[in-house]
Amino acid sequence: MHQPHTLACTREDAWQPLRRLTPARIALGRAGTSLPTRAQLDFQLAHAQARDAVHLPFAAAELAERLPGPSLLLHSAAVDRDTYLQRPDLGRCLSQQCAERLDQHRANNPEGYDLALVVADGLSALAVERHALPMLQRIEQLADAEGWRLAPTCLVTQGRVAVADEVAERLGARMVVILLGERPGLSSPDSLGLYFTYAPRVGLTDASRNCISNIRLEGLSYAMASHRLLYLMREAWRRQLSGVQLKDEAQVPHLSGTSRVANFLLD
Amino acid sequence: MPSYSHSVGGQTYRFDSLRQLLAKASPARSGDYLAGLAARSASERVAAQMCLAEVPLKRFLDEALIPYEQDEVTRLIIDSHDTAAFAPISHLCVGDLRDWLLGEQADEASLGALAPGLTPEMVAAVAKIMRLQDLILVAQKVRVVSRFRNTQGLAGRMGTRLQPNHPTDDAAGIAASLFDGLLYGNGDAMLGINPATDSLASICELLRMLDGIIQRYEIPTQACVLTHITSAIEAINRGVPLDLMFQSIAGTQAANASFGINLQLLQEGYEAGLSLGRGSLGHNLMYFETGQGSALSANAHHGVDQQTCEARAYAVARQFKPFLVNTVVGFIGPEYLYNGKQIIRAGLEDHFCGKLLGLPMGCDICYTNHAEADQDDMDNLLTLLGVAGCTFIMGIPGSDDVMLNYQTTSFHDALYARQTLGLRPAPEFEAWLQRMGIMTQPQGRPHLGDSLPPAFRQALAQAN
Repeated sequence: MHQPHTLACTREDAWQPLRRLTPARIALGRAGTSLPTRAQLDFQLAHAQARDAVHLPFAAAELAERLPGPSLLLHSAAVDRDTYLQRPDLGRCLSQQCAERLDQHRANNPEGYDLALVVADGLSALAVERHALPMLQRIEQLADAEGWRLAPTCLVTQGRVAVADEVAERLGARMVVILLGERPGLSSPDSLGLYFTYAPRVGLTDASRNCISNIRLEGLSYAMASHRLLYLMREAWRRQLSGVQLKDEAQVPHLSGTSRVANFLLD
Repeated sequence: MPSYSHSVGGQTYRFDSLRQLLAKASPARSGDYLAGLAARSASERVAAQMCLAEVPLKRFLDEALIPYEQDEVTRLIIDSHDTAAFAPISHLCVGDLRDWLLGEQADEASLGALAPGLTPEMVAAVAKIMRLQDLILVAQKVRVVSRFRNTQGLAGRMGTRLQPNHPTDDAAGIAASLFDGLLYGNGDAMLGINPATDSLASICELLRMLDGIIQRYEIPTQACVLTHITSAIEAINRGVPLDLMFQSIAGTQAANASFGINLQLLQEGYEAGLSLGRGSLGHNLMYFETGQGSALSANAHHGVDQQTCEARAYAVARQFKPFLVNTVVGFIGPEYLYNGKQIIRAGLEDHFCGKLLGLPMGCDICYTNHAEADQDDMDNLLTLLGVAGCTFIMGIPGSDDVMLNYQTTSFHDALYARQTLGLRPAPEFEAWLQRMGIMTQPQGRPHLGDSLPPAFRQALAQAN
């Protein structure tokens, strides 16, 4: 009796067909009772990609060159990545020098703006690299169509969500949208998040913001994200508020994420 | 305000309060730096530890870290302190307590009797002057047994919470992970879902589904859907079958308020759960989750370091005789626990403190992708906690939680701990695994069955 070599070392699970029902890593098989080599290395690759996304430097100058309109290159008060990861408070405010630059800009443009767009690396510069430009282009088109006066796009290195409040307050903007890389998951290293605030000012909490997350090819499409953002901005403009009081009730085609298989353990 | 000082190496270090002394004595971690509470140098930290070692335990009963009038957790700690249980160690200082705990007089019986005499602050203090081996050695001597539909916390056993999360709570997707986990011998601590949506209708549906599966396959385990306690109470009011009552808790009144809870509400939830009488072996039914850094992240730490805040959460937990308590150690991110070293120490501190205070303590051995940690660090913590007698760990498919986007221990990881340390699941669940032909554990080493049990073969055919 001679077994094929591959079968001798590992056992496959009989329930591999269930894998189509969930993105979870089920039916991985086993070597003894441990993870087989293939599954072990697949995991290591996913983690490596997520780690690389966290530590990829934000190519802000390159992004600025590809933008159609004016932009400002800014830096948060977190001097490097290690500081950024351990001091969220520093990532929420601008460096002294950048704050002064924005104040100077305001002095030269005292009339302010209707909308400021901010891009920050957040926890994944990869997400920004892949998805910020197409999202910015769509949002600028929407703003033009509404007749809103746009501030120069602000690109903030080592920035967190709340840095947008300071940017907008210093520029004198009535609304702000920040695009930034979300915390990478094992299967989603490039997920972009978007936060919108009406009447932004330093010291606001998440209760004043509206969030649209998981913008990436396998997640929420650019078109869908822009559609929901436009709804939020129009409502905010009309009602002069944002956050928990402004529900996202945009009419969107219902996404059917369900597998359409009933619960086989009970039926 | 009394002050504390210690002279060493020709330098005198002063500490304004017990609160500041505890913070400066805490082994380094990012959250205490973020809060501005950490020692300014390694020498100051050890000086604080030396100073702390000489503080009499009685001092902790006189100097509250957060004023009695301001904080109901402080009131709970002081009002529920058992003087008689404290008597055997009441003459000791913190350093003596470490020696006492390591000594022969501290055994399963004496440690069990001591628990109501210890306050969280005493336990946090002694943890700060202990090495990892001390935290492991002492925790291993403590037994805390709890019962609902099976028995957790027995010697030589370690449970697993089967966590079949799905990004959209899809029933078939959750069932697929449950199938995988059960056939890898996981799930005795509970079948516990973190729901993606907080709608009550969907919570009730998940609860009915888990109850149906437990009944259909006659699994001696319990179900939990991790929703806010007010939603769980509402589900009970609607007649939905609910086994374990979940809530996240923290160590200060203000942090608990940020979770939308207080002690009164926890009591209401506990009583609502008890009213159902669903536990066949016992009535421990609360399931609490905690984690260092939660008070700071709610801006509700009152200048108390994060490890001490965490231990205070255990005073809240023990008031309600929980079935299990879980410190979700690496979930919160690197601004609180920066790397594998900090996560590993925090996990062992929490397990030690919880056990010493009388809790059935488990650990979600986990990390996020922006922390300086990886699978090797988790293997370290899993092995150390296995030796320390950890009550239960998480079990998920391939370590990858596709709903919460973090990494925790896998079904395979639990089997690794069973292989290397001979740890078994709860006895009732072990008997079920054997009866179903899923897993046996002769001479301590787990052996998985060669073919699918008939009931599961039939379910698989339904799915195809």
